[in-house]
Amino acid sequence: MTDRIANPWGERTPFGRDEEWPLRVDRFLDEGVNEEDVDAWVQTASILHSNGDAMDIAVKDGRIVGVRGRGVDRVNKGRLGPKDLFGWQANNSEDRLKKPLVRKNGELVEAGWDEAMGRIVDRSKELLEEKGPLAFGFYTTGQLFLEEYYTLGVIGKAGLGTPHMDGNTRLCTATAGQALKETFGSDGQPGSYADIDHADAIMLFGHNMAETQAVTWMRVLDRLEGPNPPELVVVDPRPTPVAQRATVHLPIKTGTNVALLNAFLHEIFQNGWYDEEYVDAHTMGFEELESTVADCTPEWAAEVCGVEAERIREAARILGTAERLLSTALQGVYQSHQATAAACQINNIHLLRGMLGKPGCGVLQFNGQPTAQNTRETGANGDLPAFRNWDNKEHVQELADLWNVDLMKIPHWAPPTHAMQIWRYAEQGSIEFLWISCTNPAVSLPELRRIRSILDQEDLFVVVQDIFLTETAQLADVVLPAATWGEKTGTYTNTDRTVHLSEAGVEPPGETKHDLDIFLEYARLMDFRDKDGEPLIKWEHPEEAFEAWKECTRGRPCDYTGLTYEKLRGGSGVQWPCNEEHPDGTERLYGDADFNTRTADCETYGHDLLAGAVNSEADHRAIGPEGRAFLKAAPYTPPHEEPGEEYPFRLNTGRTIYHFHTRTKTARAPQLQNAAPEAWVEVSPTDAESLGVSEGDTVRVESSRGRLEAKARVSGIRDGVVFAPFHYGYFDQKGGDAPDGHARAANELTITEWDPVSKQPLFKSGAVRVTKMADADGSPAPAPTNTASRPAGNVQVPETAGGAGAEVTETMEGGG
Amino acid sequence: MHLANYLGYLHQSEQNLAAGFRKVGEGHAAEVDVFHTGNTLAGQCEAHVEALEPFVGRYGEEKPTEPDRLYHEFFDGTREGGLGLIRDLHDLYLMANACDIAWTMIGQAAQGLGDRELLDVVNSCERQTATQVKWLKTRMKQAAPQALIVAS
Repeated sequence: MTDRIANPWGERTPFGRDEEWPLRVDRFLDEGVNEEDVDAWVQTASILHSNGDAMDIAVKDGRIVGVRGRGVDRVNKGRLGPKDLFGWQANNSEDRLKKPLVRKNGELVEAGWDEAMGRIVDRSKELLEEKGPLAFGFYTTGQLFLEEYYTLGVIGKAGLGTPHMDGNTRLCTATAGQALKETFGSDGQPGSYADIDHADAIMLFGHNMAETQAVTWMRVLDRLEGPNPPELVVVDPRPTPVAQRATVHLPIKTGTNVALLNAFLHEIFQNGWYDEEYVDAHTMGFEELESTVADCTPEWAAEVCGVEAERIREAARILGTAERLLSTALQGVYQSHQATAAACQINNIHLLRGMLGKPGCGVLQFNGQPTAQNTRETGANGDLPAFRNWDNKEHVQELADLWNVDLMKIPHWAPPTHAMQIWRYAEQGSIEFLWISCTNPAVSLPELRRIRSILDQEDLFVVVQDIFLTETAQLADVVLPAATWGEKTGTYTNTDRTVHLSEAGVEPPGETKHDLDIFLEYARLMDFRDKDGEPLIKWEHPEEAFEAWKECTRGRPCDYTGLTYEKLRGGSGVQWPCNEEHPDGTERLYGDADFNTRTADCETYGHDLLAGAVNSEADHRAIGPEGRAFLKAAPYTPPHEEPGEEYPFRLNTGRTIYHFHTRTKTARAPQLQNAAPEAWVEVSPTDAESLGVSEGDTVRVESSRGRLEAKARVSGIRDGVVFAPFHYGYFDQKGGDAPDGHARAANELTITEWDPVSKQPLFKSGAVRVTKMADADGSPAPAPTNTASRPAGNVQVPETAGGAGAEVTETMEGGG
Repeated sequence: MHLANYLGYLHQSEQNLAAGFRKVGEGHAAEVDVFHTGNTLAGQCEAHVEALEPFVGRYGEEKPTEPDRLYHEFFDGTREGGLGLIRDLHDLYLMANACDIAWTMIGQAAQGLGDRELLDVVNSCERQTATQVKWLKTRMKQAAPQALIVAS
């Protein structure tokens, strides 16, 4: 038994290069429940991060009583992360929403479904009549299932006809998708998790994999403990568990990613570490890239990034000479200045080195949320379904034919509206109806004071569909109680294109409804019809929705036509494209170096990386990529808000392994909540000294947008950078939906700004000041001690542990 | 030789465009992308002005004596709201296009003169100006339906 709060990654199962990753099945059951007591094991996958860990839910007497990893699955070979092991307990929480709520005389009161849906439909019809579809916005999540996203996408695009559909995934995965489109012509993860088994060098750029995808980090750890381990290049301003294991760790200043990457590229050009034949045959833009980075010497980048030139040179040597290089990236890239530009430079390293589509040679532009990939695929996030190009009339016509609606019904005159613009239209009053499903923008969006005031606007009709009364739900006009994971059936896809089936094991509580049924009910009441007067949505059940989705993907890069629920049942998840040609799925894309850049096929005609200007079809045709990938160049530009006299520190916000998103579920799992019960702020020892701050002192952090107060953790973070976790809001505080005397949400501080290409908000940006408010009261900061927030030096802080309640059974291959 | 005339025209137009990008950015600061990208592009225009200086020295600069109807000097204030935003971006679009064609004209002259140095400057600046035009069009196309149909 292992205490998986004290040791989140569990026991090691070392393996060598090109060997099979050994099995280790993790199992956790409620106190007093033994394996033989379990009535049924029900197949599913993790819904609390993007890794896609396959697992079975243990059901006893109609309740979830535990989980175990699925040894048969390619993603995790039986392992589970702490959030998988303990997070399910939230399902059984007493305070689940069980009845719809409607606002009456300013208060949310319980109502029947007819009344709640009646209000939504009445307002919809009224607005549609008065203002038309552009008054409607839909803000979704990274936790719905594929079938639900697709259904909502058809309702919005072909039922109402609004371009204003995006969601929380804009905050986590937009840059990953955009960078893949810019470089390779369409979305689609090139690599596979199995590349970890074969790589001799791995670059983790702005990616604290140990805490965000714990199981995939276990795979890396097992390689590191085995024979011929890979070298690791790690870029992160914090001393993350990943950085602790690095061959070279570069704790650069936030906002300087492109400078560092351009120096890497400079070294690759200088030393001739590129594959000339590959570059000639399969890429475009070599000369411009070479000239863009010509002056980006390690010495220059050292000055910009604040790390030693020798270390940059050493990292570049590893990247430039590895025989099998795997690169991964996450929010340190995607939520930072020049997000898409930086992510494209990572792709460029692989194109220059010809390292794509072969075992150990891959790029994994990671996702943040569990089902973020499906929003990208289905078009719930500001794209058209199945990686179609909004600017390509034929692509739009395909959708019109599939849905049997007029082409003009489907908005395609401009890119679908991105999330931050949807909120801006709501702020300006031109969007008057906002349907928020299963996400919590009142804690997760930047500049919370502004977001709360938008949600408070008299003329904005807000619908919230969720499982708890979140901060956002408290500000809604109508709240719809939804069923969640374990209570409904559907599919979702992880970062490396693995599709999993998740089955219902238990009944949803009270009067809650399945998300799919809520959307279908809305479509029925709104009486959306196709061209022939038939109902627009022609399915009623998840499996029918999946079959409809398959047709939508036929012949597209994310081809699902070879998948069925039956095929996904029992065995491992399967990676798309899965079709007649690839009946067992496809492990890696682009092994043939034939990219989706033909003008007729591509998902985008491309953007310039500085301003985000859109290329036209004519521009794209003139370039004539014809299956070659784009080496897109970008010079470094400084961040827009730099530290100065008034606000001398750079702000960095992020996450801890023990929580997901705004803690809606994880705060309700005691092991996870106790491991990281309260917000904290990290400062470096040098900064702490100059501020007169010690471990556990209360500090105030302020930006020009807001402030928070929390206990300080003196950690090994880079000097000049202040870190605050973004998970903590107010639902379990006095204020409920907003601070009442004690502001603690990191997004009180963050700046409203986004990447010009991916439109992803920049949460790792902006300047703040720190002031000591009070001495420690005898207890340390409530930050975990075994993660990136580990205390620096020899300060005595009790180790994070879960005790008996967090003991997990880990069964090794051969019963070990 | 009338190259000085065009150099004078472009030199002034780029200055006007830089000022225009900054003014529109500030006037619509709540559209944070317009504010930030506007400032970035203003910086490009200012760099163009600087890049032109040696050639102004070499070939002279004729300030137009009469009010030039092609001179898109920016009016004093910015407009408000969604419609105001696209009208302001529309002005910048015309100004940027005026710069764009002026770069083309100067590029033609540089070729005729065999002035490689000038040609290099034209090539790199003209591309940026073309991207500015494209960005303005992108942003306006995005904003137009909302501004023209539903904005109050």
